[in-house]
Amino acid sequence: MLAMVATVNPGGLRVERIKIAIVGSGPAGLSAAGRAAERGISHVLLEKAPHLSDTIYKYQRGKYIMATPDQLPLRSDFPFEAGSRESIIDGWNETAEAEKINVRLNAEVTGISGSQGGFTLALKDGETVEADFVILAVGVQGNPNTVRAPGGDLPFVQYQLDDPKEYFDENIIVIGGGDAGIENALGLSADPEQGNIVTLLQRAEGFPRAKEANVQALYAAQSAGKLDFITEATLNRIEQGGSGEAPWIAVVDAKEGEARLPVDRVIARLGAAPPRKFVEAAGVEFTGPDREAFPVLNQRYESTVRGLYIIGALAGFPLIKHCMNQGHDVVEFIAGNDELEPPDTPLLEALFDKAPVRRSVDDWLEHIRKDVDILQDVSPLQMREFLLSSVIHFKKRGDVVINRNDIGSSVFAIVDGAVRVEVDPDDPRKTVRIDAGTIFGELGLISGRRRTATVRADEPTTLLEIPRNATLKLMASVPGVKRRLDTLAMERQVGQLFGRLLPQRAIKDIVSAAEIIPLKAGETFIREGERSSDIFIIRSGSVVVEKNIGGKEVFLSYVLAGNYVGEMSLFYDGLRTASVRAAIKSEAVRLPGEIFERLLADNPALRQEIEDQIAQRRRVNDYIEAKRESFTSVVDMHSEVARFLLEEEGLSEATDALVIDETLCIGCDNCELACAEIHEGISRLDREAGSSYAYIHVPTSCRHCEHPHCMTDCPPDAIHRGADGEVFIDEKCIGCGNCQRYCPYGVIQMAAVPPKKPSLLSWLAFGAGPGPGEAPKEWVESQKRGGEEPPKLAVKCDMCAGIKGGPACVRACPTGAAMRISPKEYVKIAGGGEEF
Amino acid sequence: MAFKGHMRSADLPIQHEGFLEHKRFRWANVAILLAVVSIIAYFAADVEPRPNGGTWIGYVLGTVSALLIVWLSMLGLRKRAVKPGRWSLKGWTSAHVYLGAALLVLATLHTGFQFGLNVHTLAYALMVVVIVSGFFGVYYYAVIPSRMSDNRGQRSQAELLEALHALDRQLRESAQPLDQVYVREIKRSIRRTKIRPPLFGSIASLKRRCPTERALKRMQKAEPNAPDDMRDAIKDVTAILQRKSALLQRTRQHIRYKTLLRLWLHIHVPVTLALLIALAAHIISVFFYW
Repeated sequence: MLAMVATVNPGGLRVERIKIAIVGSGPAGLSAAGRAAERGISHVLLEKAPHLSDTIYKYQRGKYIMATPDQLPLRSDFPFEAGSRESIIDGWNETAEAEKINVRLNAEVTGISGSQGGFTLALKDGETVEADFVILAVGVQGNPNTVRAPGGDLPFVQYQLDDPKEYFDENIIVIGGGDAGIENALGLSADPEQGNIVTLLQRAEGFPRAKEANVQALYAAQSAGKLDFITEATLNRIEQGGSGEAPWIAVVDAKEGEARLPVDRVIARLGAAPPRKFVEAAGVEFTGPDREAFPVLNQRYESTVRGLYIIGALAGFPLIKHCMNQGHDVVEFIAGNDELEPPDTPLLEALFDKAPVRRSVDDWLEHIRKDVDILQDVSPLQMREFLLSSVIHFKKRGDVVINRNDIGSSVFAIVDGAVRVEVDPDDPRKTVRIDAGTIFGELGLISGRRRTATVRADEPTTLLEIPRNATLKLMASVPGVKRRLDTLAMERQVGQLFGRLLPQRAIKDIVSAAEIIPLKAGETFIREGERSSDIFIIRSGSVVVEKNIGGKEVFLSYVLAGNYVGEMSLFYDGLRTASVRAAIKSEAVRLPGEIFERLLADNPALRQEIEDQIAQRRRVNDYIEAKRESFTSVVDMHSEVARFLLEEEGLSEATDALVIDETLCIGCDNCELACAEIHEGISRLDREAGSSYAYIHVPTSCRHCEHPHCMTDCPPDAIHRGADGEVFIDEKCIGCGNCQRYCPYGVIQMAAVPPKKPSLLSWLAFGAGPGPGEAPKEWVESQKRGGEEPPKLAVKCDMCAGIKGGPACVRACPTGAAMRISPKEYVKIAGGGEEF
Repeated sequence: MAFKGHMRSADLPIQHEGFLEHKRFRWANVAILLAVVSIIAYFAADVEPRPNGGTWIGYVLGTVSALLIVWLSMLGLRKRAVKPGRWSLKGWTSAHVYLGAALLVLATLHTGFQFGLNVHTLAYALMVVVIVSGFFGVYYYAVIPSRMSDNRGQRSQAELLEALHALDRQLRESAQPLDQVYVREIKRSIRRTKIRPPLFGSIASLKRRCPTERALKRMQKAEPNAPDDMRDAIKDVTAILQRKSALLQRTRQHIRYKTLLRLWLHIHVPVTLALLIALAAHIISVFFYW
């Protein structure tokens, strides 16, 4: 080891010569310094700001910081667990002191020159630091984009908000509709007592860069009158107010023209750019010319300049835990530790523990990545991350992998071996073989419905099961995965629906011409009377078929994901005989009609066969229509009820919903009582709330949607779908309320869990404790008073999963008014028992 | 709404099986069987000197009836003890209703039609009261829910009351320009209107005495003679009062329905407790004087 040597440079200034200079004291830099200190390596940690970890320091006070990815172990000399900004910063400051880290605050590095063994770092105050190695961990937040408009340099224009509770009775303009800006605006206006008048300016039309939960909270705050926001607006200038105006006025260019807003403070959250110029000046190359490009690095985070290592956000890793692990590892690499395995290696080894063949983790990863078709474009690091949340199965010949009608939305990849899919539920001998390298189970992922077939291992088979969330994340971050998965799913679906009718070649043609079309709720994609013979496969969601009879849209049928619509027009000279629109947000695959037309024209036998098949459906349709004419009122009622349930009440995306027959409901609320009694005293349903139609009441209670809205953005990933299809929240809930904001049906509440209470008998006999379904009075009072707030967590219906006898609300209904219904029943409701 | 008239749950597109039809009238059939067997046994058993609770058939019927009474009274516990398990409260209610009706036959046969001024007849009488009040309950349960749904429209009780408050706020504002005499009427309507109908009075009689109704009539009379500048204000107030009156009617009806669904229980449950005590006295005294 080199000891710290002080030398004097020709300019006469004192310089320090050390082994490792670490630039930036964020999670990555701190962790690197911690490792260096622990190993006794001479080091200096250079921080531009007057405190450690400036980015985290600038988070809003009290912000909850997540420690994702959950499964990844932390390998650092600094502590890090999910918690508030304060607890994390305090922990780091203490450790920095205890580890005796050599920190220089207020030391902004303006230039780096040299290479391994002879780096010179120039500081802003004129001093220089000489080092053998440089670890660059400056992140991307160091240089925020600034307000360019005149007046942007006024003292009340700031780029961070430490504590929103510090500001009172001010006119505050927040610029920027990203998460930071929205969170700041919400924080400043949360407490009306503070009297702040908050206006948020957003350049774009909506808020495309922000998290959906934040956007919804922003809209809610606006409608509650707490704050205001102006979209498509930019700050023109800040000037002194004229007579009768506030001292300072922000002049805003808005859609409707110029607006003059009084302003006492501007908080600009315009994002930040990587300090590319600074990095390039040191000789480092980037992966490309575009804004999102990152420096070129090898496996050990070394840049194209020997001895210069880049880690953290600047290297393209935005997660704190990754950054901290890299800080640790990079110092180990510099210190010559060549045996260092990534921190997740033991976990990954455990994953392959039961494997019949011995391979190293790296070999497994490479084997899976190379041989599984959809994973071709996944980077080794991404492989490691999603594998940590996946399961590996080793199956013997004949073992069942999934059962038909199981609930499940994970995807299986066949690593070695092969499986057989039982395609005909009535005849298990009819099977289709799927070989290694491909996947199955993707339909459950896309449609959110139950498994359509039983799958067994056909020989000793190694399977990789990737859960829904990991798959979605992979699809979002690696475009190649999404493309390959979509194509595969389309081929399978077309094959499943038309495979018996069309030759294999035709299916290939159709799929290559097919496209996926996203549909908004209520969007009509087939119009009665139009000319088109395209066929649509409903990929996810559900659609409603309607026909105009006597000027009224009459409900014909309701089509679930996995079926197709539009084939009728092939036999009506391309004329649409009914309209079809999405009942909820859905996706359809459009198959071009010309291909079908050509196929049918070339092949009369095929035409006859399809016509025969459709004739059956046509008879059904004609029959329904005839019935409609003679029993209009009944049909009307069916149409109306179907519309009410499926569209207004959202049952078309439900998998299991509570409905109440109002001709039987006596309003005793025993359902609520039972729910509360079985769930720690908190009822998850509100019987009286919710709407009714034709004596069918849909109370406020979870519908267990196919694609649950509540799962959209759960920071700790605490919402899951259970074995019986129930959507439930586990103990990882941190009470952030995102799920509550996302749920369009208002079925999630934030509640504290009341204490235990005496038994029913002692209540009946002696009046001890609260009655069934009630919480203790004193506890309820203390809740109302507030005081020391107990943690409020999200609670919702879990379908009484794991409780013998099933949902308590139904069991406890004395008259049989309450019942739960599933999609099969809606089809019955909607179309005279006939599927379209 | 697209259709009118009354519908039973059987007409609904979703098939609900209510407590009366539970499992295709399983408990109705059991109850009928029990009653028929008891009647046949009663007449087949030629007991001397005459049918009486003390004969062998009397003891059998009495024991079965006593056990039934105890079991029937357990419904209250079952309803509150929400424990895991394959029970259905609907099934219990169904059995409760039909077996309770059968009990009337069984217990009557047990008496051998011998009545007097004693604890035994007291127990019987209390039982009859319980069962007859239960019949009222079944009737109300069968008839009221759908009427209640019709009457309430889409609104919950809280929403009905909130709508009334909103109308009161509107009244307060619209009455500003009116004469003091009218303002007093409107204030009375806001302050003195009783929503809850009396337990034993009709809703119509409450309506006749209702300050809102009085104010409405007064305003309607005032309108033709009002000076031109007042007419619009009076029209506004009259319209609001009319809406309030209609809404009051609905709300009162709703509360009346809710009361009816519960009222019978205030007889059914306390008398059941009295019955259990009388039953105990009856059994003990019978064995004491044996």
